[in-house]
Amino acid sequence: MSENPNTEILSLTDVGKSYGNVHALRGVSLAVRQGEITCVLGDNGAGKSTLIKIIAGLHQHSEGTMVVNGEDVHFTSPRDSLGRGIATVYQDLALVPLMSIWRNFFLGQEVRKGFGPFRRLDVARMMEVTGQELAKMGISVPDLDRSVGALSGGQRQCIAIARAIYFGAKVLILDEPTAALGVKQSGVVLKYVAKARDAGLGVIFITHNPHHAYLVGNHFVILNRGRVSLDSARADITLDRLTNEMAGGAELEALSHELSSVSSSTGPTAAAAGSRTTEG
Amino acid sequence: MSQVQSTPTPPATHAGTPAVSGDDRVGKRSLLSSLFSRPEIGSLIGALGLLVLFLVVAPTLRSGASFSTVLYTSSTIGIMAVAVALLMIGGEFDLSAGVAVTTAALTAATTAYQLRLNIWVGVLLALVAALAIGAFNGWLFIRTGLPSFIITLGSFFMLTGLNLGVTKVLSGGVSSPRIADMDGFESARSVFASSVGVGPFNLRITVIYWIALVAVATWLLLRTRVGNWIFAVGGDPAAARAVGVPVKAVKIGLFMAVGFTGWLVGMHLLFNFNTVQSGEGIGNELLYIVAAVVGGCLMTGGYGSAIGAAIGAFIYAIVTQGVVYAGWSADWNKLFLGAMLVIATIVNLVVKNQAAKK
Repeated sequence: MSENPNTEILSLTDVGKSYGNVHALRGVSLAVRQGEITCVLGDNGAGKSTLIKIIAGLHQHSEGTMVVNGEDVHFTSPRDSLGRGIATVYQDLALVPLMSIWRNFFLGQEVRKGFGPFRRLDVARMMEVTGQELAKMGISVPDLDRSVGALSGGQRQCIAIARAIYFGAKVLILDEPTAALGVKQSGVVLKYVAKARDAGLGVIFITHNPHHAYLVGNHFVILNRGRVSLDSARADITLDRLTNEMAGGAELEALSHELSSVSSSTGPTAAAAGSRTTEG
Repeated sequence: MSQVQSTPTPPATHAGTPAVSGDDRVGKRSLLSSLFSRPEIGSLIGALGLLVLFLVVAPTLRSGASFSTVLYTSSTIGIMAVAVALLMIGGEFDLSAGVAVTTAALTAATTAYQLRLNIWVGVLLALVAALAIGAFNGWLFIRTGLPSFIITLGSFFMLTGLNLGVTKVLSGGVSSPRIADMDGFESARSVFASSVGVGPFNLRITVIYWIALVAVATWLLLRTRVGNWIFAVGGDPAAARAVGVPVKAVKIGLFMAVGFTGWLVGMHLLFNFNTVQSGEGIGNELLYIVAAVVGGCLMTGGYGSAIGAAIGAFIYAIVTQGVVYAGWSADWNKLFLGAMLVIATIVNLVVKNQAAKK
């Protein structure tokens, strides 16, 4: 799992974005290769969403360059981004809970048959494809007519990802896919992310959770206050280090030092008091 | 934060455990529970129950003629309820639907009469006006982002005022000019207000339009792309937009569909009675909504059916006519109607929750 000489699909060089005089993102460089997962980690407000929005075409970057398939691009709308094969699966998933699985899968890209005023949905075909695509990724849903709202969070996440892959995504951006899920469900989603990688997609996996990132990632980028604070291949980093960096690294050490000086002045229950303060 | 102090060992074993693949807790749904997950099933049971009740207590209802009357009443509410149901599935209301019917009828009668035109020209102008009212509601809704409840409440009052005001100015009274002797009246009457004898039944043509509209709307909803979009814009407009559904166009189209059915019912009233009272139609918008909700449409959008709305309209008709045929005072109608709405909604909710659990 060392550095992989796969072709680069998407690369950012010194990309920055400012809103007025606020620099949300500064000097971010990032590469996404075919068949690899690039994990982007960071605390709230670190600039993760700004980064996704630039790649997804919702915002334009104000500095640096973005290259997709060897071509310098400046996206002006999500359509541009989609047109280049970059699919974003947002946290809200863009699924309609009351609609059935197959209807959701093909929503906006319905397969039709017949002519003129009698053009109608090719239901059998859409159900078949939905079933196949889900099976390919190891999700078995016995009844494709079941509404999406009745599924678990992990299954929904998987359907949104399967949909993006089926409709021709080359790069998949996953915005915190495991954030709202339990342990089991996160496992299902992570397995699925790995399958997307094995299918040859380049994946950008945005997450808070270094454990999840380390399970699947080939490359790790940590954002801190709009800058890249760590950029490392899997071979060069351990989970401990990643967790520590993610938690704030140097800042955390300073904090622990500060806390220990506070707690030493309050007496022998220092450790307990200290950890409580940390959580608060 | 506590993770930092006790960093767990790399969870390699943890990851190796196969996570759930193919949840064995999810079984096939039985045919019965699939059936019960249809939106219209609650109202169908209710309609059959009421039908049996009134056939027992009101023997005169058993004749073909009175049953035809029930169907006729159903159709005048039901034609509108189809479009109102589609709009409700699309997530919106139209409180101006009742008076828009009167506006369409007044437009046809007044323009043809004042300009000395063939009545068919008036009919076409009324269609344009009805579609324009729908488009206006939809456009204003999209532009302002206000709830459709407020927008159409506004157009409800505006149209009510226009109907009364313009009619008073032009004719000095409260009803449209009589149009029975105008060119084209007979042919228009045969299109909008004729009857067909089928066996013991004397079917009004509106019943045929009603059934046809329900069939078309059902096909549209379940088997076309537009239908898929209607469910999507009602269920989750943001998600629909994200996958490329033209949310604005769909919503405006739905308001215009209500305009279209309003025109159809308006033309029927005009050619059936040969004149229209300018104050008519107020309150009917609520009957359409009742029919749609009793038929299983969710007030919040994204769920419902055209067949359900038809059954809802039938329930309304069987109650109002049944009370009359049973020899009870019609004063009780509204009480029945209100109770029916509440009971039907509760039944729908229970049935839907049960179906979701199975």
